[in-house]
Amino acid sequence: MENLNENQNAQPNDVGVLDVKLQRRSFLQYAGAGAAVVALTAAGCKKDRVYTGMGTTLDFKDDFGVLNYAYALEQLEAAFYIKVASAPPSAFTTVQKNYFQDVQFHEIAHREFFKNALGTAAIGSLEVDFSSIDFTSASSVLAAAQSFEDLGVAAYNGAGVRIQDAKYLVIAGQIVSVEARHAAWVRDQISNGTFADLATLTTLGADNAKGLDGALTPDKVLAIAGKYIKTKINVINL
Amino acid sequence: MNIVNILEEIEKVDGEIYERLSPRRAAMKDFFNMGKKVSLAALPLALGSMFQKAYGQTNPANVNEVLNFALSLEYLEYHFYNHAVVAAPGLIPAGAALGAITTIRNHEQAHVNLLAGALGSNARTPLAYTDFDFTAGGGFADVYTNYQTFLKVALAFEDTGVRAYKGQAPILKGMPVLTTALQIHAVEARHASHIRQMVAANVTGASGLKPWIAYTANGNDTGVAAVNAVYAGEQNTTIAGIQITGINGSAVTQTHAAESFDEFLTGSDVKKIANLFIKDPNKLS
Repeated sequence: MENLNENQNAQPNDVGVLDVKLQRRSFLQYAGAGAAVVALTAAGCKKDRVYTGMGTTLDFKDDFGVLNYAYALEQLEAAFYIKVASAPPSAFTTVQKNYFQDVQFHEIAHREFFKNALGTAAIGSLEVDFSSIDFTSASSVLAAAQSFEDLGVAAYNGAGVRIQDAKYLVIAGQIVSVEARHAAWVRDQISNGTFADLATLTTLGADNAKGLDGALTPDKVLAIAGKYIKTKINVINL
Repeated sequence: MNIVNILEEIEKVDGEIYERLSPRRAAMKDFFNMGKKVSLAALPLALGSMFQKAYGQTNPANVNEVLNFALSLEYLEYHFYNHAVVAAPGLIPAGAALGAITTIRNHEQAHVNLLAGALGSNARTPLAYTDFDFTAGGGFADVYTNYQTFLKVALAFEDTGVRAYKGQAPILKGMPVLTTALQIHAVEARHASHIRQMVAANVTGASGLKPWIAYTANGNDTGVAAVNAVYAGEQNTTIAGIQITGINGSAVTQTHAAESFDEFLTGSDVKKIANLFIKDPNKLS
């Protein structure tokens, strides 16, 4: 199987209304109005790729759900870094500007990879909300970058166990170590030597005594990331 | 061709030949079964394959083997840093540098304890500092007296560690221990990122080294040819058949593409690298 397009079992967004009702018990909702209403709306407009105001659904019953989850997070990261790279804070050094350019392209590469791997199974474009970030302030941008990267690492670490196809498990590993490299670099820009300050990451599931980085389940990650995402994201079959 | 004669000849120089072969019962069985069917002309090939199994490095095949493989690497990293911190005075500048290396040492120690504890009675024999040769047979002779050499070796270890854990993920698929391995893996990547910054700041000619692995024709962006094997394949820009360079009309360059996905190494390739620093009789098989 070269990519997910070829998986004949793919039914990513084809969640029927009846199925949605049956899955209500496992429903988790992160923003907006009643979960069932949002899900029915999403199911009803599955051909429509503009999710604004309607929300999108991540169905974790199979790898499509996990990959779309990663796709959603990469969309968020890419959008953030595109904004930073296009108009970096004036206090940034040349190296910082260059490396934020690099990181921007890494996240675009990740985002576009998932988009292509998912093919017709891909969720639409998410609408982001960065109103809490001051893009003219180096400290505000670095703080946001740190939270995105640390959260991204915890997200991949927590989702890996759900991936059924070994090939995609390895690819998730190929991405998460790059996110961890980003996280360490950004942290060092804020305070040199904090690259792996695991004691400050306990809320993300890290354990300093065991030398373990963060790992969070998708519901917890989305609850944190929800602050930056306007599109309603519903999670089923977690 | 008399195979028994060949084995006896080998025994003269390697007294353990039968011992090396006998644990590989499957390989021996295959070999003898094959002998019945295979023509004489094909026998040298079959023999070559058998000796490859007896003497080559193998890939871990189950969870305990993966965890013991990881444990060996963590012993290597821990002793490397610990010796630098406690027994090589003046090597690492006091302050931020010593603080960073101490942090990394502590994590590697925690990983050793965690893996050994998880394995319990299945854990491999502990490795001591004296089981290692961090000069790699003299290739890095001043590793504990020259800070630049020390950082170069540290860089190789961290980037190898990241690739090693990644390569073992499929065996741990779907298991809770996979999450633990991923959590260690990410910490190694953070270490690698920081060591890369230390190399850029301190090693002559390395000022452009990035926290992530940039594209070069052979994958090795460190400028240290002795560690080419650590980076073999990092130049890859095609993931699951999808070309990342310029993907979907984006401005993603070849170097961005190579940087954005770290590559894995097989267990046997990692063992070959680690064995450069491990003395007999503890080399990984």
